[in-house]
Amino acid sequence: MLEFILFLLIMVSGTAGELCVARAMKRVGEVTRFTPGGIARAFGQAVRVGWLWLGVLLMAVGFFSLLGVLSFENVSFVVPVTAFSYVLGTLGGKLFLGEKVTAQRWAGVMLVIVGVALVIIGKH
Amino acid sequence: MSTPRPFKTYVFILLMVIFGPVGNTLLSKGMKSVGAITGRSPEQVLALGEKTLSSGTIWLGIAFMIGFFMAYMLVLSWADYSWVLPASAISYGTVALLGHFWLQEPVAPIRWAGILIICVGVFVVGRTPDRTTQHQKDTV
Repeated sequence: MLEFILFLLIMVSGTAGELCVARAMKRVGEVTRFTPGGIARAFGQAVRVGWLWLGVLLMAVGFFSLLGVLSFENVSFVVPVTAFSYVLGTLGGKLFLGEKVTAQRWAGVMLVIVGVALVIIGKH
Repeated sequence: MSTPRPFKTYVFILLMVIFGPVGNTLLSKGMKSVGAITGRSPEQVLALGEKTLSSGTIWLGIAFMIGFFMAYMLVLSWADYSWVLPASAISYGTVALLGHFWLQEPVAPIRWAGILIICVGVFVVGRTPDRTTQHQKDTV
């Protein structure tokens, strides 16, 4: 049961956090200068966007759940299983960020699901 | 310094694919040395937390994860989340390779097949446009 809850937190909280960070970076705008100053300026703008902090908080919950799972599961099993978050992330990209998710992109996501199913079968 | 979009996209995806799996593997190695969660009382969780934060491997893993996160944030400033997310999934193969050869974890053939299919899915997604929305500002 603990394993299930931790996996759920890794996927749901982690994905929601990433979506919030993506929303913040869309607000910052395209980074084109990769000098230390340019990168610092981009991060300086990002930390003034509330979505970033919410995203970091949610990702932290997902991260500590990942640490918990890694204490009793193999990394080569844990990380592929979290690929379920691809489905959540794609849905979130469409609904929360307004991205155009084409049939081809969904087809790719479906292949990812099949791959994840095989990884789980391989575990048991 | 400004670089053409395709090149910088590949560079940052590559950074994510390196930093993420190495960070995950270091965290796994660190947590294995810390030990499994044995109890759920506040004292036991606190003790585990202290032990975790005193591990150099854990801190090195966290440093790699910060590198991953920085690359991730930068690439999201111009590319779709629903594109970046699957494009970076090639790291699943890297994780399995690191787990198998570095941590000596067993990886069954069917799991390798699953990882291969995940990578094919990533390839299909990667052939769609990387940006379908207008960002609020043009450049930083």
